[in-house]
Amino acid sequence: MTAAVWFRCFIGIVWREGLRFIQQRSRFVSALVRPLIWLFVFAAGFRSVLGVSIVPPYETYILYDEYIIPGLIAMIQLFNGMQSSLSMVYDREMGSMRVLLTSPVPRWYLLVSKLVAGTLLSLPQVYVFLLIAWLYGIQLTPLGYITVIPALLLSGLMLGALGLLLSSMIRQLENFAGVMNFIIFPMFFASSALYPLWKVEEASPLLHDICAYNPFTYAVELIRFLLYVKFDVLAATNAKVVAAFLIVFLGGAIAAYDPAKGLIARVRAGGGAGA
Amino acid sequence: MTEQDQTTGNAASPAVPALAVTDLSHRIGGRTVLDSVSITVPASRFVVLLGQNGAGKTTLFSLVTRLYSAQAGLIRIFGHELRKESSAALSQLGVVFQQRALDPDLSAYQNLWYHAALHGMPWGTARRRINEELGRVGLAKEAKRKIRGFSGGEARRVEIARALLHNPRLLLCDEATVGLDIRSRADIMADVRGLVRERALTVLWATHLIDEVQPDDLTIILHQGKVLHQGPASGIVADVGAASLNDAFRRITEGRAA
Repeated sequence: MTAAVWFRCFIGIVWREGLRFIQQRSRFVSALVRPLIWLFVFAAGFRSVLGVSIVPPYETYILYDEYIIPGLIAMIQLFNGMQSSLSMVYDREMGSMRVLLTSPVPRWYLLVSKLVAGTLLSLPQVYVFLLIAWLYGIQLTPLGYITVIPALLLSGLMLGALGLLLSSMIRQLENFAGVMNFIIFPMFFASSALYPLWKVEEASPLLHDICAYNPFTYAVELIRFLLYVKFDVLAATNAKVVAAFLIVFLGGAIAAYDPAKGLIARVRAGGGAGA
Repeated sequence: MTEQDQTTGNAASPAVPALAVTDLSHRIGGRTVLDSVSITVPASRFVVLLGQNGAGKTTLFSLVTRLYSAQAGLIRIFGHELRKESSAALSQLGVVFQQRALDPDLSAYQNLWYHAALHGMPWGTARRRINEELGRVGLAKEAKRKIRGFSGGEARRVEIARALLHNPRLLLCDEATVGLDIRSRADIMADVRGLVRERALTVLWATHLIDEVQPDDLTIILHQGKVLHQGPASGIVADVGAASLNDAFRRITEGRAA
């Protein structure tokens, strides 16, 4: 099998994910509306009651609505990753996943291609959000809009890999509400997206510890550091943790989709497939 | 050898069976769905896999297409062992699944293009083959229509066109005519049988409809996960001493009822 075959397969998967994204305009709108509501309503309300002290990567006091920008970017990527997971479950229910899985290209490569395609789709969503935030008055260091790209790719891959892993465990589309309640909301709220960890620790040391073990926290912080052009030890630590979680989640997803020992056969068995 | 030939791996000798399944067993949820199944599908033949609903046909197809792996047994596709040489084996396969497997929000052309990309077909070849196959199944003018608006028969024809796009040598059809009207069933049967004659394609046709079997068809009777009979349909009728294949099938399967 030549590199050209692999490349065309990758392009095909990216093309299909892109096409589906374009066709689902409501998905794009809701991906933007969600963080914008947090920015315009939640952050505006909290601006007066929550002060953010000088913590890395910030070198001065900042307004709360500026503080939550990295968290809202990660939120876009989190929902995008879960949306990819949802589309995998939808594909399985509609039968079109069989077309993907019977490709002669190795299955791990198909999954990685899916993951990269989903991550790439999160980038325009993030940048449209940043543009609206900029127009709203939250203007960051111009260089930060470029230096954040590696963080967006790494965090997007990690959250997308989590989505892939979850998609292997969900039997039916209806079960996806559980993902919202038990994965997305806890990940988002128990992180540094909305409050700095020192603030969380003041309120509850236990909650602080939970936040400190939450991979989403490291994705948020990685985005925060690179958005402010801070390539220091803390940024590197965040990147390493996000990369480690990426390996774990992607490894789990590849194992789960492995035809020999994966969860898919078990999910299918329980899903009432024809004998 | 062209790049496409390499993709489809057209290297096996004609004497090699298109599909050789040996001692295949599989359990789902504690229930034995396939029990030491051994079948041989010779190249360039139309072979019927006949069995009632729940006989294990779809599971067998899922294992042959490597949607998941068999717990015991061997599957060879044109000599390529599926577990060890999955890419070479799968590139020889075209599949029409029992459950519709088209993206309803994409057009017929886009569905086929996606399939071509998944098989790594060069873009020019893909365009040519899509136009050829959609034309062959009489849907060239419908290429840009979304699948959501297709009738069941039209969607099945798109699926057959898609399954043949990468020039596979073995076509698996799992209950491909279920839910279709008589005319659409007849058209699809005639089309697929024509492919065996014209392209020397091998077809494994899974069905529970006995009227789809012709006397010369190599027929494999699968019942409750076991192969009960293999051979030409006319031979099965003679072996059992039945008046028809319907009668023979009833006698064979009732004799093994659980």
